[in-house]
Amino acid sequence: MTALPPPTADQIWVWMKAWLVLHTPAPFQALVSIVCMVAAIIVVFASLFALTVLLERKGLGRIQNRYGPNRVGPFGILQPIADAVKSLTKEDIVPRSADHVVHYLAPLVLVGASFLAYAVLPIGRNMTAVNLDAGVLFFFAIGSATELAVFMAGWSSRNKYSLLGAMRAIAQMVSYEIPLILSSIAVVMIAGTLSTSAIVDEQAQYSHGIAHWYVFTPWGLAGFILFMIAATAETNRSPFDLPEGESEIIAGYFIEYSGFKFALFFLAEYIEMFAVSGLGITLFLGGWSSPVSFLAWIPSWIWFFGKLLAFIGCFIWVRGTLPRLRMDQLMNFAWKFMLPMTLFVILSAGVWRFLPSAVAGSTGLGAVVRWLVCALVVLLPYITLARTLESGRKIEKREYRFAD
Amino acid sequence: MFGEGILQGLYETARNFFGSYVDKDRLVTVQYPEERHQLPEATREFPFLLYDGPDPEAGLRCVACQICEKECPPRCIHIEKSKDKKPDFVGKQQFYPAVFDIDVSVCMSCQICVEVCPFDAIRMDNEYELSTSNRFGGLLYTKRELAKPNEYYRKIHPTEAAETDDRRAKEAEEAKAKAAAAAAAAAAKAAQVAAIPAVAANGATGNGAAPKPAEQPADKKPVNQ
Repeated sequence: MTALPPPTADQIWVWMKAWLVLHTPAPFQALVSIVCMVAAIIVVFASLFALTVLLERKGLGRIQNRYGPNRVGPFGILQPIADAVKSLTKEDIVPRSADHVVHYLAPLVLVGASFLAYAVLPIGRNMTAVNLDAGVLFFFAIGSATELAVFMAGWSSRNKYSLLGAMRAIAQMVSYEIPLILSSIAVVMIAGTLSTSAIVDEQAQYSHGIAHWYVFTPWGLAGFILFMIAATAETNRSPFDLPEGESEIIAGYFIEYSGFKFALFFLAEYIEMFAVSGLGITLFLGGWSSPVSFLAWIPSWIWFFGKLLAFIGCFIWVRGTLPRLRMDQLMNFAWKFMLPMTLFVILSAGVWRFLPSAVAGSTGLGAVVRWLVCALVVLLPYITLARTLESGRKIEKREYRFAD
Repeated sequence: MFGEGILQGLYETARNFFGSYVDKDRLVTVQYPEERHQLPEATREFPFLLYDGPDPEAGLRCVACQICEKECPPRCIHIEKSKDKKPDFVGKQQFYPAVFDIDVSVCMSCQICVEVCPFDAIRMDNEYELSTSNRFGGLLYTKRELAKPNEYYRKIHPTEAAETDDRRAKEAEEAKAKAAAAAAAAAAKAAQVAAIPAVAANGATGNGAAPKPAEQPADKKPVNQ
């Protein structure tokens, strides 16, 4: 903390923080440093939440050939403010028979746990709040805490729908946590570290002008797709939004929450989504690094947030496309498809790691062979699995006994 | 099997997304307060009372028979019959509603009042912006607010109105012819029984009121108030 980093565009935030810390009295330096990072994370991602809600409503509208919100402000851009005012002014209702303490704590725990995950996300070069050696592990450990909060909410509300929603949520989150973690284990194996910053540094190298992102490898691509599917389920996003299926159990575990507590659940959901997208970016898409070396002059944090916005766009796109799964389909998909596929991704990553020394170098024909072999290790099980899972089922016209 | 259906769906939604920016016809939304749908002719929303001529009091077709009040399923119509009478379009002396209220918040626009009305006095409106900031008084529509001229009816439901007008014109014609025939018969009778002029004079005034109904409501009005 003695020397300021150069105030380049890339390091502008790091420089600002360092400058601020340098100009505070020594006893408060640690505190100021922490407050700076926490405040920045909360402000940035909470505003990203507001932006995303607007983008989502506009995007879904366009997907359904509607305008979306366009009344508040020009083109409806002030809609998030109107939403915030609305949720702040609404009455906060607590059911009489609810467990008041737990009912009160659940949204706080959820939001707290969701924000904690950002501690280990490298959102730019030298911009990791806490550079833990076991960053990935910390991320997943904190991610599990959200399950606790969800169950707290579902249980304390004393409502059958909320309990159903909470149980669905637990079943889903526990099931999809396994493929989520297993697919990131492949990255950890190759990178040889659990530190998120080190994983990004590993990927921010260039050969022939192209970055060493893991998504450019066969196991990385498969792992990335599996990771994002699991992440969608983990954050209860459509099409895996069974825990809060509006048409079945109204709003699931937060049915008994109103006003600002409801908004907190909403916020936490999106914050989780950003966090897990950020981890996906960190693990597979090279974090803050640019895909090609001649674009490396663009500041690293712009790369990160650009990728994050692209992810958000994809989430919205998928939500606008796919209908909600059924509970049995959800579970079958997790245990019969996702889990075996992630195991094969790990196998493929192992082959990738140990093949070069056995067959050929990492350039020329040897690289192509390695690429193809690793792709086959993932692709063959994929085809086999898809065929096998499909074979038992017959899709036929359903006969309705009473409806016609 | 391999997820190509999902890709197909994603392609379709992406096409919708970008298409809605390029092709305005894709957007099904009507920007309501600024734009409105053209209402179909058969639109019905809340009944109104018809009147002929310029004066809503005098020309009101309703004869306060209270059939609609009895038939109304949610019982939103309230009618109080008048004590005196006024002539209708064929010149017959009829009661008229002293009070005719419909509660907007109760009316369900079922059109049963229209179906049962034998006097073509109540018809369905197409006014759908009935919200009000006055919770109690604003929702009760009185005779004054309900009465609308026949021209308005012709404008909103031209086909129905033309049919009703034709029928009423025919009825009026028939009534007139009948009155004329009765008058002629009476005149003939009077000519025959010339000895008693008083009886003939009586009959002539009774029937002769039909062709000129405009005078009598004007006479009646001060009595009414």
